[in-house]
Amino acid sequence: MIHAQALRKRYGDVVAVNDLSFEIKPGVVTGFIGPNGSGKSTTMRMIIGLDAPTSGTVSVNGMKYSEHRAPIHEVGALLEAKAIHPGRTARNHLLALAATTGIPAHRVDTVLGLVGLSDVASKRTKGFSLGMGQRLGIAAALLGDPATVILDEPTNGLDPEGILWVRHLLRSLAAEGRTVLVSSHLMAEMALTADHLIIIGMGTLIADISVADFTQQAARDLVHVRTADPQRLTSLLTGPHVQVTSTGPGRVDIAGLTCEAIGDIAAANALPIYELIPHKTSLEEAFMDKTKDAVEYRMTTTGVTP
Amino acid sequence: MSTVPSPTPTPAAFAIVVPKMDAAATAGLRVTQGRVIASEWLKFRTLRSSWILFVAAIGAVAMTGIALSWSTIADWSHLHPGELDHLNPLADSLVGFQLAQLFIGVLGIILIAGEYSTGMIRSSLGAVPKRLPVLWAKTLIVATLTFVTMLPASLFAFFVSQRILAGKNIQTSWSAAHVPRSVVGVALYLTVVAILGVGLGALIRNIAGAIATFVGVMLILPGIASSLSQVWADRINRFLPSTAGQSLLSFGSDTREMMPWNGFALFAVYALGTILAAAFVLKGRDA
Repeated sequence: MIHAQALRKRYGDVVAVNDLSFEIKPGVVTGFIGPNGSGKSTTMRMIIGLDAPTSGTVSVNGMKYSEHRAPIHEVGALLEAKAIHPGRTARNHLLALAATTGIPAHRVDTVLGLVGLSDVASKRTKGFSLGMGQRLGIAAALLGDPATVILDEPTNGLDPEGILWVRHLLRSLAAEGRTVLVSSHLMAEMALTADHLIIIGMGTLIADISVADFTQQAARDLVHVRTADPQRLTSLLTGPHVQVTSTGPGRVDIAGLTCEAIGDIAAANALPIYELIPHKTSLEEAFMDKTKDAVEYRMTTTGVTP
Repeated sequence: MSTVPSPTPTPAAFAIVVPKMDAAATAGLRVTQGRVIASEWLKFRTLRSSWILFVAAIGAVAMTGIALSWSTIADWSHLHPGELDHLNPLADSLVGFQLAQLFIGVLGIILIAGEYSTGMIRSSLGAVPKRLPVLWAKTLIVATLTFVTMLPASLFAFFVSQRILAGKNIQTSWSAAHVPRSVVGVALYLTVVAILGVGLGALIRNIAGAIATFVGVMLILPGIASSLSQVWADRINRFLPSTAGQSLLSFGSDTREMMPWNGFALFAVYALGTILAAAFVLKGRDA
């Protein structure tokens, strides 16, 4: 259980996290999602006390992380794959972390086996690939048998098999009753992995929503219509969920009605239709739509910032 | 809606079991200062760079004085009368500390600044979020290790050098004035150098910056101060960290220096002040 209350972090003039409140519950995978630079990592760093909030509080299992007797037994975190000394072996890295809290050495071998690094346990991490670094980071996160697991973009640098493995791992951890918070900027990935979503943009909470609800909302499919008289068409289309958006001269996007319904209405009113194209909204589009006002670094198609 | 993927439940065959620790083991889990010391000792032991610097420092203290004494005897017939006047069998035998202080200072620095440069510090402070136990553990380990290795190295350098110098009957002895204080003083001085290194590393958090500061303050500043007018040079130089600290190893020749133990105490105050400042910022800064 993670509880954030009016969390705020300012670096100089930049407000990285602004008035963020949420609760992460045990037993489910919570996806923490937002565009690059939206404050996900900063929030995670504040949860385990690496950064101090400018104001507000965040607690883990009812207490500040640093107040716990055995912090890594409460929260296991992977915040960056390379939080390791490259000159030390993987096993010694974990043994050193284990020693701080009295975790027995055989636990180190257990987690190394779990992430598939047993064969390279006595190799210095200098030669590790990004994916191996991620695995070692995940091993470190699981070392203390933590009630809460926080992983910042754990699939970075993993091959498809590794990505699938992480997905199963997260679901298994949640099924064991642990609290699981995993960040990503990939909506499709989150839809496959998470049960619940915390969506943030520019440090502000945009949505705190179950994946089921989000996908249902996202599923508002559109129909692109080109017609002689969009105004008349708009006046003909009525209904509680119908939304019409003008997209250009003679063009409208219609949500809430099927192609068939629109075609029938137009025909009944002798209104010529030139194009009638169904368009299914992807989760990525729905996500971008939600966060479009909160993207700090936007790419432009022209290469010129408007 | 076919394009909308839904969370796929993990089939039982794919479920990954993260083994739980047994209750007896989890009951004993807690961070203690002793465990943090054990962890830091393991970290120290498992890095090659720590050992390279340590062996270099031991070699510098143990061998440099011996080499110097040997060359004195070997060149005996070619020495000028002026050189003979300057012969100091105690100082010559212990001269290696000059080189060793660089190795020991850098060792203290990389012990913590190295963690900042690699990112390891975030693992360390994540496991010990109260933070200060990490700094205390590093300081204790490097200080203890420095003292227990530099003392025998210094004794070795002294006694072997005197044995060599005895060939021309210019040796001194353990019971002579200043000798025990100076020989033990080498180990004490280098111990404080190690503490200063850890403090600078934690304060500056960057290896190059911390080493530059260390070399500047310890090795360069006394030279600059010496080029001031004599009156000011004498006023300032004796209070500089390295000059003050080395007055413990003064071989009874320089009246411009502080009294040995006063000078060493001042040096220790500088080092402890640096550590306390480091503790203050370590506690307050984002990692």
